Amino acid sequence: MIISRLIQRPWIWSFVGSLGVWLAAIIFTHGQGAGGMITAALSLAVFMVIVGVGQMFVITLGPGNVDLSLPANIGLASAVAMKLMGGDDSYVLLGLAGAMGSGFVIGSANYLLIRALRIPPIIATLSASFIIHSIDISYGRGLQIKPPPGFADFTNIELAGIPLIALLAILFTIVAAIALNRTAYGRSVLAIGQNPRAAWLAGIRVQPIMFATYALSGVLGGLDGAVLAGYFRGANIDIGNEYLLASIAVVVIGGTSVSGGKANLPGIWGGALFLVLLLTMLNTFGVGAGLRLVLTGLIIVGIITIAGNLDRKS
Amino acid sequence: MATDQAASRLSSPAWERKFRALLPALSLIIVLLAIAWLNPRAISYFGFNLMLNLAVPIALATLAQMFVIVGNDLDLSIGTFVGFICCVTATWLHDTPLLGIAVIVLSIVFYALLGVLIHVRNLPSIVVTLGMGFVWQGLAILILPKPGGKAPEWIAAIVGFKPPWIPFPILAAIVIAAIAHFGLMKTSYGAILRGTGGNAVAIGRAGWSLLKAKAILFGLAGFFGVLSGITLVGITTSADANIGNGYTLLSIAGVILGGGEFVGGQVSPIGAVIGALTLALAASPLLTFMHIPPDWQVAANGIILIIVLAARLVIGRRRTA
Repeated sequence: MIISRLIQRPWIWSFVGSLGVWLAAIIFTHGQGAGGMITAALSLAVFMVIVGVGQMFVITLGPGNVDLSLPANIGLASAVAMKLMGGDDSYVLLGLAGAMGSGFVIGSANYLLIRALRIPPIIATLSASFIIHSIDISYGRGLQIKPPPGFADFTNIELAGIPLIALLAILFTIVAAIALNRTAYGRSVLAIGQNPRAAWLAGIRVQPIMFATYALSGVLGGLDGAVLAGYFRGANIDIGNEYLLASIAVVVIGGTSVSGGKANLPGIWGGALFLVLLLTMLNTFGVGAGLRLVLTGLIIVGIITIAGNLDRKS
Repeated sequence: MATDQAASRLSSPAWERKFRALLPALSLIIVLLAIAWLNPRAISYFGFNLMLNLAVPIALATLAQMFVIVGNDLDLSIGTFVGFICCVTATWLHDTPLLGIAVIVLSIVFYALLGVLIHVRNLPSIVVTLGMGFVWQGLAILILPKPGGKAPEWIAAIVGFKPPWIPFPILAAIVIAAIAHFGLMKTSYGAILRGTGGNAVAIGRAGWSLLKAKAILFGLAGFFGVLSGITLVGITTSADANIGNGYTLLSIAGVILGGGEFVGGQVSPIGAVIGALTLALAASPLLTFMHIPPDWQVAANGIILIIVLAARLVIGRRRTA
C-alpha cells in the first residue's frame, strides 16, 4: 500500500537512482568510504539544491521560462562576497548580503528584459549572462582573497557525518515547499504555469509574481556563489559553470514538469544526490573524462525515459 | 476609417508574414551599416570572405535547430553534436573514409531515433537533449582527446572555393536558405511538418503519422548538424572536442532572430539564415571595429543580442496588441 503510493510519486525515482549509483560505487570499493561518500555528496548536492529551487520556481512559471544566467550570477556573486568579506569574519553577513543583492539585481534585470523588451526568457537570461560575465571579468580580475576562516570552516562543519550546510539546506527546502504549496505566492506560480490567462482572469497579479520569481532565482544564485566561495576557499569566474545544466537537470530529474505548473521539491534533493553520486561512482570506477560524460548523459536520458513515462500515467 | 483599414491590413496574415520576413533582413542591414561606417574597407569581396568566415557552419547549425523548433522542441545538444562531427571528420573521415561515412550516417539515424524516443515516451526534449549533449561531448573527447586531426582535402577545397564576384559564404548562405525554404515552406510535406508544431492533434486526425514527422524533423536536424560540423572543420582545418559548444545558444538565437517562435511551428528558414549571418557579423567583426576591449566583448555580444531582439519584438508585438 505504502509502496504503491510511493511509486506514484514522481520524485521517488531520483532517490531510487541515487541509491542505485551509491550501492554500485560501494560494491566496487568493497564498502570502503561508503559513509564519506554520502557526506561529500550531501555537501556538493547543497550547491545544486540551492540553485535548483530557484530554477524550479522559474521553470514552473510555464513553457519557455528558464534562468540561464545562473552560472554567471554565481561567479560574480562569489567575487562580490569575497571582496566584501575581505577575509575578515566580522564581515561575513555583509558579504552574504552583498552576494544576494547582486543576485537580486541580476534577477530584476532578467525580468525587465523579458517584460519590457519582450525577449524570450531563454535569450534574455542568456544575453544577461554575457554581460554579467564581462562585469565579473573586470571586477574579479586577479582577485586572490581567501574566505574568512570562520566562514570557510562553517561550510565544512559536520554533525555525525552530516554536513551542517546540508541540514540548513534541508530546512530551506522545507520552507520552500511550504511557500510553494501553502502560500498565495506558490499557488500563484503554479496557476500561472498551468494557464497564465486563466490565472490572470482569476485575479492573480501575474507580472509581480513573475518578477518575484526571477528575483528569487537571482538571489538564490547569489547565495550559492557566496557559499561555494567559502566551501572551495576562494572566488572564481568559472565556479558556477557546471550549474547551468545541473540546475535544470536536478529540477527535471526530480519530477518537475518542464511545461510548467507542476513543481516538486523533494525531487530536487533526489536529483541533486543522483547527479553527485553518479559522478562519484564514475570517478571510483576510474573511467576517463570522455566515457564519464557519455555515461552521465546516457543515464540522464535513461532515467528520464523511465520516470517521465510513469509521471505521465499518474 | 482609413486608419482602421490600415490597421486591419497590418494585422492580416499576409502583412504579418512580410513583417516577419523583413525584420531579420533589417537587423542584418543595420549591422552591415555599422560595419561600413566603422570600417568602409571591410565592405569588399575579401572583407566579406574574412568576416563571414564562420557564417556557413553557424547558418547550418541554426537550420538544424530550426527543424527541431518547428516541432515545438528544443535541441540543447546541437553544439556538442557539431563538435562531435568535427572530431569524426578530422580523424576517421580523413584516415578511413568508409568508417567515417558510416559513423556519420549512423549519427543521423541516431538523431532520428531520438525524435522517435521523444515522441513515443512523450519526453521533454530539453532534458533528453541536455543528456545527449553530455554524450556527444564525451564521444568527441574519446575520439580526439587533444585538439588535432586534419580536415579531408576535398572539404577544405569546397570551403576554400572562391567564386567570382560573390564571396563564397554569401553564395553558400543563399543556396542553403533557398533549399531549406523550398523544402519546408513550398512542399506539401513541409506544410505537414510545420503543422505538427501548430496543431499536432489536427495533423494526427488528418491521418498523418506524427511519429514519422518527428523522426524526420530530428533526422533533418542531425543532417544539418553534420553539414555544419563538416564545413566547420573545413574552415578550421583541425578539430577540438569543444569546438562547437557555443553553437547551441547561437543556433537558438539565430532562429529567434530570424523571426521564428518557440512554439506553433512558425519559423522561417530564410530568416534563420539571415539571423545566423547577423550573429556571425555581430559576434566578432563588428566588435573588433568598435575597438571594444577584450574584457567587454562578451558583454557587447549580449547587448547586441538584446538590442536586435528588442527591435524585433517591439515592432512584432504591435500587430497583436
